[in-house]
Amino acid sequence: MCSLCGILGGNEHWADAVARPGIYTRNTERLDRRRERVNRVNAANRVLSCFALSLSDWQGSSYVIANRTGKSEMIEDLGHLWPAAEKMTGRPLDPLDLALIARMEAMCDD
Amino acid sequence: MTDLPPFTSVNLLTGFLGSGKTTLLKRLLADPSLADAAVLINEFGETGLDHHLVERIDENMVLLQSGCVCCTVRGELADAIRDLLSKRDRGIVPPFRRLVIESTGLADPFPVLSTLKADPVLRHHFKAGSVITTVDAVNGMRSLDTYLESNRQAAVADRIVVTKTDLVPDTERLIERLRRINPDCAIIDVRDPALSVDALLADDGCSRGNQSQSASGFYCEESLDVTDAEGNPHSARFRSFSISVDRPVDWTAFGIWLTMLINRHGEQVLRVKGILNIAGEERPVAIHGVQHLVHPPVHMEAWPSEDRRSHVVFIVDGLDPGLIKRSFEAFTLVKRAADGGPRREARDEEPMMVGIGG
Repeated sequence: MCSLCGILGGNEHWADAVARPGIYTRNTERLDRRRERVNRVNAANRVLSCFALSLSDWQGSSYVIANRTGKSEMIEDLGHLWPAAEKMTGRPLDPLDLALIARMEAMCDD
Repeated sequence: MTDLPPFTSVNLLTGFLGSGKTTLLKRLLADPSLADAAVLINEFGETGLDHHLVERIDENMVLLQSGCVCCTVRGELADAIRDLLSKRDRGIVPPFRRLVIESTGLADPFPVLSTLKADPVLRHHFKAGSVITTVDAVNGMRSLDTYLESNRQAAVADRIVVTKTDLVPDTERLIERLRRINPDCAIIDVRDPALSVDALLADDGCSRGNQSQSASGFYCEESLDVTDAEGNPHSARFRSFSISVDRPVDWTAFGIWLTMLINRHGEQVLRVKGILNIAGEERPVAIHGVQHLVHPPVHMEAWPSEDRRSHVVFIVDGLDPGLIKRSFEAFTLVKRAADGGPRREARDEEPMMVGIGG
């Protein structure tokens, strides 16, 4: 179910588009798809680590987001990641927050 | 069944009350190349004047029963489109290849686009085509000053048609203002002989892979504050600006960043549109989003010019362009040293959590 609109039946997220002519996606081959999932988990964890959260792949079909006390939630795609992360931390997670930007810049410079 | 395209294009025709939507639609429908189009008209109120103004009412046309499109988005609009689809499949209506929806003047265009994407049936059969916004040369300035919807309609447009230009000698200020709201949009005078169905309804780069998504190019290097008729800053703080970067973009990190930005500020990101130099890809990728909705990214066939930089245009309401640029660069660009190694994660002992306990 799409958590944003409450509609059943799955929702194609733009970063996970079904492979079709003209559309850019890394969902084409099985290995590409798995590789991209690993990359995505790593990329998400770079940001989530700033909030003491972590993401992991679940069976190549969903993701599990967890905090350090073990609270965890399954999410289907990237569209659900940030609402779930905000619910878990209890506060807005803003990519325009100066402190967060500074952390991300520090990671880039390392 | 004839050879229908797998996805039927849906064009949205929007514009403020009295800005000439129906007049334009009437003119477009006279063109033979729209003979295979179905038209959905939204009735606002009970009088249904628009209905009497459009001549081509036939079985292809479905009138929404009540209210405006934005309030009945997943109900009547989705039902009306599904109904058309079902009738087409059963051969009750001619096999239309395009659907044009005329929204009410007060509608924020976004819910119409989101309906196409969100509805589990519609999203397999329809795709959003270009959004056409009419702006009235006589009253356009005033409605832009007064109504947020008017600005939103201009911001999400792929084509803006300036109507009633025969009544006003000088439309330069209006056009300049529209350019500031939506720099990457074709603005067409309704009297322009070049105004044709093809020019208006053709799918642009967001659905075609063989060219740059904009003939006008990206010429909005500086942040442009949108001003009102007197030149004062607009109260809604609409701004358009573009980000250009030399280093390639990490596609995965970009997905994480844009979803994070849209999750928190989707209402204020009226438009994000751009061409990205993705690390590891020869060809550029075009992205296109309207508020919470991001269209599937398009893999373009070639770079439009020698310039291999990524360019992203944002139209925002009240967000700081400098911050967005800094955030974009910090989150999404590949490392400067280009060593390809993984970036180090933040150290575990210093999360940004508000401290829990001692």
